[in-house]
Amino acid sequence: MTSSIATTASTVSGETLAGSRPGNPVGLMPDGGGALPPQGSVRQPNRTLLHGLLTNKKAMAGTAILLTFIALALFAPLLFPDNPSKITGMASQEPDAEFWLGTTAKGQDVLALTIHGARSSLLVGLTVGFASTFIGILVGLASAYFGKFIDEALSLTTNVFLLLPGLPLLVILAAFLPPGLGTVILVLVVTGWAGSARVLRSQALSIRSKDFVAAAVVTGERPMRIMFREILPNMASIVMGTLLACIIYGIGAQAGLEFLGLGDVSTVSWGNNLYWAGNEGALLTGSWWVFVPSGLCIALVAFSLSLINYAVDEVTNPRLRKIARRKIQTTKPVAAGKRGAA
Amino acid sequence: MRFILRRLGFYLIAFWVSITLNFLLPRFMPGDPVSRMFARTQDRMQPEQIEALRRLLGVDDRPLWEQYIGYLHNMLTGQMGVSISRFPTPVTEVIASQVGWTLLLGGTALVIAAVLGNLLGILAAWRRGGAIDSALPPILIFIGSFPYFWLAMGALYLFGVTLGWFPIRHAFSDTIEPSFSWEFMSDVGMHLVLPALTIVLVSVGGWMLGMRNTMIATNAEDYITMAEAKGLRPGRIMFRYAARNAMLPSVTSFGMSLGFVVGGALLTEVVFAYPGVGYQLLNAVQGLDYPLMQGLFLTITAAVLLANFLVDILYVRLDPRVRSN
Repeated sequence: MTSSIATTASTVSGETLAGSRPGNPVGLMPDGGGALPPQGSVRQPNRTLLHGLLTNKKAMAGTAILLTFIALALFAPLLFPDNPSKITGMASQEPDAEFWLGTTAKGQDVLALTIHGARSSLLVGLTVGFASTFIGILVGLASAYFGKFIDEALSLTTNVFLLLPGLPLLVILAAFLPPGLGTVILVLVVTGWAGSARVLRSQALSIRSKDFVAAAVVTGERPMRIMFREILPNMASIVMGTLLACIIYGIGAQAGLEFLGLGDVSTVSWGNNLYWAGNEGALLTGSWWVFVPSGLCIALVAFSLSLINYAVDEVTNPRLRKIARRKIQTTKPVAAGKRGAA
Repeated sequence: MRFILRRLGFYLIAFWVSITLNFLLPRFMPGDPVSRMFARTQDRMQPEQIEALRRLLGVDDRPLWEQYIGYLHNMLTGQMGVSISRFPTPVTEVIASQVGWTLLLGGTALVIAAVLGNLLGILAAWRRGGAIDSALPPILIFIGSFPYFWLAMGALYLFGVTLGWFPIRHAFSDTIEPSFSWEFMSDVGMHLVLPALTIVLVSVGGWMLGMRNTMIATNAEDYITMAEAKGLRPGRIMFRYAARNAMLPSVTSFGMSLGFVVGGALLTEVVFAYPGVGYQLLNAVQGLDYPLMQGLFLTITAAVLLANFLVDILYVRLDPRVRSN
């Protein structure tokens, strides 16, 4: 009895979702209605998202760049088994056959520093990204599902954290806490979770008001199940976008913090490389090769994540898609014609 | 009116949270800031300074709630103590001397970025698939991917050191006496170019994309078709019909960015040694000047909250839906 109603409920979820995306190219609907097992149709939107991403050039380019950096980070100890901070050459050498990216003012190999730097930077970025998104999901879902007092309290907390100026708070917290990688991660999560919570809450709220959630409540499903099995899968694309944005934030903010000398100065990371470059006056003496690689790496990683994020937007929001221009829109035929003419 | 009161209540709570955070941080963090500071400044500290500092940072023996009441009272009456790195100047005086530069730099950059970005966004959305729409967003996203301070240092090196077009540090030359003369103003302007330009460069993309995406949605509305059917000039439809209705999210982000003006210019100010609030905050952190640090954080928070409150009032004026609720 329960299971049959649950099946209906999740079928409704599939239909509502397909219906809310007018430009769905293939018109993907749950294929068999009641014949599907519940989780199959719940996962439907994820599969379309994945399929859309796999055929999207931006997403593929972004993923390729990102995977390259992850591979470099993983294989760094094989490529450069020595401690990257070790002084191996003359000071401030220009790039040549021995040191592809030259050496720092201390005589360290810039290429080794850069590749080893990927480890800490990616680790912190990914940890901060996943942790902030996870807190955001918990807060957003709890707000949307329970509503009333819990929602008021959680929204208030979220909004206060959103308003507190991030960078100054970051600096103050980093000043009081003992330096270390854990501190950096903690501080970045504390200042970063609120943004994702707000976005995820508003999306969860709109799904909470859908019929299939009401049906799930009526069938007596447990709150945890409704939150994580009914609501969460239907906001997969927003969660993905939030996660990517949080990782970008994590990598950028870590670099900024370390550049200010507030990170753990003893570790090798892109931010610390730039801190030392600034400290040793690399730019004033014209040693651009010390300064360029780490910044370029941060930019490339952030750019690849932006590309994937942009692709997620394109796949899930048909209005932003290029091909959708001349498409016949059943809802607003006149508007569609107008845009083609303009 | 109810909306405004609700928001005001919210900002008061937010302000209270930041004061409390300021109060709790030094008291519950591992390690004792006062002893850390003693180690650095043993000889230079006066006995009364130490006493005041102990009270501010909660190393005195009163119960916690009594300290808290005292702290709240001090903060609300503007008694933020005396700066340690610039003894005996009161914290409020140090802040007052710097907040103007931050407002000048941040305000200039924000206005330029917002106006330029929104205009580009409007044009991009109006001519979908045109030159602006297809070329600019990827470029701006790519530029926005660079760490801000890295771009700033690059610009500093290229235009300041190598080409020598612009001065590389401070807000005005040491040789000129501050006054309202043309010479001084242009000198300040020259010092402003690089910091402001780098902020505009990284932030303009966000404005443009936000405006573009809202405007694309607005362009599909029926009243746009209606306006076209009436035979209105395209320019009029673009600005007075489409853009005007797509502006609201931009107004909200303008309020948020006003916060960035005070707090977020920190990295800019550090790179260009611009004598603003953010630069001072980093100096205070490095010099373990806790009273100044706390005072600066509170000032920055207060500015952010005030800016957002003003935008809320503006919102009531702009969006009739808020008024009717």
